[in-house]
Amino acid sequence: MADATTRTWHGIVLDVLKRNEVRLVTYVPDNVLRPVIEGAHADPFFTTFPTAREEEAVGIVCGAWMAGMRGIVLMQTSGFATLPNVLASLACACQIPLLMMVSERGTLGEFNLGQALVCRTMRPVLDALAIEHHTITRLDETEFIVDRTIRQAVGTQAPACLILSPLLTGGKVLA
Amino acid sequence: MLRNTKVMNRFDLTQLLVAKLKDEAVVGGIGYSNFDLWASSAGRPQNFYMLGSMGLAVPIALGVAIAQPRRKVFALEGDGSLLMQLGCLATVAARAPRNLAIVVWDNGAYAITGGQATPAAQAGTDIVAIARGAGIARSNWASDEAEFEALVEQALAGDGPWLIAARIDGQPAARQTPRDPVLHRQRFMQGMGVREG
Repeated sequence: MADATTRTWHGIVLDVLKRNEVRLVTYVPDNVLRPVIEGAHADPFFTTFPTAREEEAVGIVCGAWMAGMRGIVLMQTSGFATLPNVLASLACACQIPLLMMVSERGTLGEFNLGQALVCRTMRPVLDALAIEHHTITRLDETEFIVDRTIRQAVGTQAPACLILSPLLTGGKVLA
Repeated sequence: MLRNTKVMNRFDLTQLLVAKLKDEAVVGGIGYSNFDLWASSAGRPQNFYMLGSMGLAVPIALGVAIAQPRRKVFALEGDGSLLMQLGCLATVAARAPRNLAIVVWDNGAYAITGGQATPAAQAGTDIVAIARGAGIARSNWASDEAEFEALVEQALAGDGPWLIAARIDGQPAARQTPRDPVLHRQRFMQGMGVREG
């Protein structure tokens, strides 16, 4: 395994998902998440596919977990904003350890006003539903945060959300 | 096709379905879909009752089908709920799970909120045509109870994905599901063999 200083955040994420038996990767595409999505598609360990909407991915991952398979939903900030009802009435109400990974748009150089505005709803929604969430900003903390968040979600049967800051990923800037 | 189908009753059809089941999973969608599943087979641990998350019966069932490819999985969903999440039909078609069957109860109305017509009722939208167009080739209207039973038997015996649509009346469910999401989740996991009970 490469030294932490030479590893990429997405390589670490995929390694930690694997180590924790998170086999199902569903997503609505996002440019920042591309290396995770492509890495998951390239590795037969994972069952990886897109959905038409983030709510759908939540339903699929919740259903799979109830039938014995761990999964994660990948999305960007605006996609998260479509989720409060299904988070409250499915993942939270049923105590399902739904794992979510959100690439953060709307901050640190955002060029789209809508993204900047919707970003402000994400943490208040997570806090209102008492969903554990961590924002990853540093490469050297990525493995610890992802690993411990997955373990806690599974151990306590609670949904959890990992937010990938532009400080970690570089974010998306106007070309 | 739609015009020639008999208007049936959801509880009657749900009873006909569960009478044919052994260890298959069934995901009952929000509202009367899961209420009538409860009314017909409350003791089945392989049933999951959705008390919220409108529109997610098919995605939840797809997740179960992916996790347990050797178990047949039925999603029971209302037309109004499916309209809310039509994109999932394309996802199902793309994954092509052989073990998934979708049953759509179509009364053209949001029955539990007072029977208001769906936009589809006004437009004459054909759910089976949508499903076929999405890529689920084995999509059919059940023209009467006998054909519904025959389609369920085909879904049990053969490779899907399947979609079976039935026109139903506006009757409320025979009983209500108890509002205990954690209990339903836990029993379902026992029914799926992933939790000791």
